[in-house]
Amino acid sequence: MRIVVDYDLCESNAICMAIAPDVFEVRDDDLLHVLNEAPGEDRREKMEEAVQRCPKQAIAIED
Amino acid sequence: MRDSVTIVGASLAGLRSAETLRRDGFGGRISLIGDEPHQPYDRPPLSKQVLAGDWEPERALLTPAEKLEPLGLDLRLGVRATGLDVAARELEVDGVAEPFDGLLIATGARCRTLPGTGGPVAVHTLRTLDDCLAIRAALDDGARRMVVIGAGFIGAEVASVAVGRGTSVTLVEALPAPFARVLGQEMGAVVADVHVANGVDLRCGVGVSSVAGEPGAMTVAMADGSDVYADLVVVGIGVVPNTEWLEGSGLTLDDGVVCDPTCLAAPNVVAAGDVARWTDPRTGESMRVEHWDNAVEQGRHAARRLLATDEEAEVFAPVPWFWSDQYDRKIQLAGRPHPDDEVRVVDGSTDERRFAAFYGRRGQLTAVLGMNRPRQVMQGRGLLEQGVGWDDALAVAAGWD
Ligand SMILES: Cc1cc2nc3c(=O)[nH]c(=O)nc-3n(C[C@H](O)[C@H](O)[C@H](O)COP(=O)(O)OP(=O)(O)OC[C@H]3O[C@@H](n4cnc5c(N)ncnc54)[C@H](O)[C@@H]3O)c2cc1C
Ligand code: SF4
Repeated sequence: MRIVVDYDLCESNAICMAIAPDVFEVRDDDLLHVLNEAPGEDRREKMEEAVQRCPKQAIAIED
Repeated sequence: MRDSVTIVGASLAGLRSAETLRRDGFGGRISLIGDEPHQPYDRPPLSKQVLAGDWEPERALLTPAEKLEPLGLDLRLGVRATGLDVAARELEVDGVAEPFDGLLIATGARCRTLPGTGGPVAVHTLRTLDDCLAIRAALDDGARRMVVIGAGFIGAEVASVAVGRGTSVTLVEALPAPFARVLGQEMGAVVADVHVANGVDLRCGVGVSSVAGEPGAMTVAMADGSDVYADLVVVGIGVVPNTEWLEGSGLTLDDGVVCDPTCLAAPNVVAAGDVARWTDPRTGESMRVEHWDNAVEQGRHAARRLLATDEEAEVFAPVPWFWSDQYDRKIQLAGRPHPDDEVRVVDGSTDERRFAAFYGRRGQLTAVLGMNRPRQVMQGRGLLEQGVGWDDALAVAAGWD
């Protein structure tokens, strides 16, 4: 599973970070950084939650 | 085990709950019934990117067609639920009764209208895509002056988009302090200042007595005797839950569909999103939340509740959270402040309009407000989830810089 963020859509509101801080981090420059672009299968549920809860629909999972 | 689930309301809470059912492996029939003709779309862009003309409506779809199709939903759009009989387990759709197995109510809310403007006078409200396109068309036609009645978050966003398109805006609020009901006096004033700094003519503490005229030549008569002229009038004075179709159904209605703390409204019936009222186990308060994230979360929760036994059922205890985009500012609030809570800026400064502030009451952290401070709001939301005390929360924030 690969995590892909559309940075044109992302508004850095850090919701994904609240769901999975090990994968998503909004830094002090207000930009989202993906810390782990290929999280393990055990993180799938959290990643799908992040996809559903991102208000900008900026996150995609590519298998 | 259930054979089928019927969801009424094909918008955010309804669609996300259907997706949750499939993700959790539910293989039965899922009927998703909605009275709007459009494919399910997202509302926040209607007062932001779509209204601004930056996005075409297709971009606001909740789920793209290629992801919707594999879910195998029985999607019935342009169709309205007109009645319900909980005891008989029957739903009425466009006047025709049909049985249901499990029912999820997600009919949301609609705009409150200004008394005395329901007639032929063209005042706009903003809830649906069609509403948005009507206001957008008026802006495209070169509306130069706009009056926004009601300085709530939707009104504030409409004002900021209109200003961005070169329209001059008068924002009218009956209460003496705009946004104070949600943010309290002090922080409400900080948000109000952003509007004034962007050239909005903000008039607070004065009601509207009437609106007259026709599009392009409207007169808003204020209670203090003054008149404001406008090409276009938008009213944003809150919403009312869509529960009329549930009168006499056997459900308890009280400014929303009343649910237990697990989102169950009656055996086999759950509710989620803007229409649902439940008792928050965290605070013991009866709540109905009108925020995007709540519709998603409660939709997921209610869907799972419908498949769970009473023993398995979990309470729904979220920390409410919303955002609002106004000009180049991102406002976010987590938690529920009371107007008289203590407020402390813990990061940045209100002068810069870039800050995070904590709200507290009786030794507890109650809410976190951010302006262009998303990371801090989300961290604060974590503190609220843990139920951290005021002093401990301040200690955490002290380590942020
Ligand atoms: C312009 C705008 C901007 C917003 N911006 C933000 C924001 O920035 N941040 C934020 O947190 N929240 C925002 N919100 C709030 C957020 O969009 C709502 O909380 C969310 O849409 C609620 O979802 P819902 O599915 O519960 O209800 P709704 O979105 O209201 O959907 C209910 C659906 O049910 C349909 N329906 C009603 N009655 C029936 C019936 N009898 N039969 C069949 N169908 C029926 C309705 O037509 C509608 O399609 C905004 C809302 C609007 C209108
Ligand atoms: S939730 Fe979405 S918009 Fe928010 S920071 Fe994450 S990717 Fe960006």
